[in-house]
Amino acid sequence: MKVMIPSPLISYTKTQEVKAAGATLAELLIDLDRQYPGLRFRVIDEQGQMRAHMRFFINREQVFNLAHPLRSNDTVYLVQALSGG
Amino acid sequence: MARVTKKPVTRTRRQTVHTKKIQRPARRVVVLVATRKGAWLFHGDAARKVWRVNGPHFLGHIINHLVLDPRDGRTLLAATKSGHLGPSIFRSTDRGRTWKEAAQPPAFAKVPEGEKGRAVDHTFWLTPCHANEPNAWYAGTSPQGLFRSDDGGDTWAPFSCINDDPQYREWMGSVQDGTPDGPKMHSIIVDPRDPAHLYFAMSGGGVHESVDGGQHFTPIVKGMEVVGGFDPANITFHDPHCVRLCPSNPDRLYQQNHCGIYRLDRPSIEWVRIGRNMPKRVGDIGFPMVVHPRDAETAWVFPMDGQSVWPRTSPEGKPAVFVTRNGGKRWQRLDNGMPESQAWWTVKRQAMTADARDPVGLYFGTTSGELWMSRDEGQRWICIARNLPEIYAVEAAELR
Repeated sequence: MKVMIPSPLISYTKTQEVKAAGATLAELLIDLDRQYPGLRFRVIDEQGQMRAHMRFFINREQVFNLAHPLRSNDTVYLVQALSGG
Repeated sequence: MARVTKKPVTRTRRQTVHTKKIQRPARRVVVLVATRKGAWLFHGDAARKVWRVNGPHFLGHIINHLVLDPRDGRTLLAATKSGHLGPSIFRSTDRGRTWKEAAQPPAFAKVPEGEKGRAVDHTFWLTPCHANEPNAWYAGTSPQGLFRSDDGGDTWAPFSCINDDPQYREWMGSVQDGTPDGPKMHSIIVDPRDPAHLYFAMSGGGVHESVDGGQHFTPIVKGMEVVGGFDPANITFHDPHCVRLCPSNPDRLYQQNHCGIYRLDRPSIEWVRIGRNMPKRVGDIGFPMVVHPRDAETAWVFPMDGQSVWPRTSPEGKPAVFVTRNGGKRWQRLDNGMPESQAWWTVKRQAMTADARDPVGLYFGTTSGELWMSRDEGQRWICIARNLPEIYAVEAAELR
């Protein structure tokens, strides 16, 4: 499925749009990390929690559960959410 | 302000011809500046008068520490994170031309489902291990944790005896007990005589020693004072800011603490508050502690205002370094070249250091983005850079 990458992570993927597979958001992130080593730890901490300023959208719906199921025609958005100087 | 060039300074043929004897090229000091928005390297000429700036590296990334490996004189490790992303470690083996990310940055052990585990927010401190342990490093994190790498910083293993130990977790307190941007594991020190003899300090939780390579640690807090009304016997109330071991006498340590300046002479386990001898108007509160590379009687501090609400700025807006040349019996103010008033500087615990030259060069960076140095052990100060982001750490090293 299509995955849209935010600018802080493009140093890993070199492009804004990539393809990855997985039956859940968690599996998708594992596949992304297989393709782009190190990426997952920058967005998911060692306890398996989403990091504070990363948000995940599936199509237009924000999801907070890594077990959220995915379909092959979904588009997953990794979004940065940070304000301040 | 000292001259800063963008190109390296080169010797002319004529200068070389007139040299009377064959000399090896002098090693050049490089000052490694880690900031809230990236890292910079300032390369000094042989006289440390002209500084060539190199950077930014990691523009926009939060760099808590940038350290050159003294065992090879070329490998750099950078502790990084960004506003959005989790923490990481980057390594360069070509003096910063290229960087490679750690495959496994410092991370706490995963806890069983249903329990609340800790996650590393950032790596705060990096220390190369002993000279006989090439490629090995220690890292201290926030929240407080101790880690070690044996492969040059590519993969990091946690010290469970600290990070998961119930007693140590109690002494560490919670995030609410810590410094504003998180409690720090810092001042990881390796005895140059013995790689198994280690010290570390916690911004909340005291100073600790291991004599078995980190399998077991013991607190060393006797003599250290705590905020009034609290029990100094409780390790969690001790707030060391920076601890340094004297290379010329590894049995001597100096400490800048939340509650004063101290000296410890081993095998004693009792710290002596040498900051009582500082001028009363200035006090003995501050963050960094710097020791002389060859004279254990000499140390420098950068006092800050620790009264009322703890402004943590230069007392009365008049910045100064203070030096002792006799182990803390007397202190001398060193401010020649610094602003005489209205300079409300803050210098963080990692942001002041010394090189190993003779006379010793001293360096510090302010949270307002100024980098200052002295070529003569503090007698005269000059600003070598302004307008940098908030400076978190300053290290001086020599490239090979």
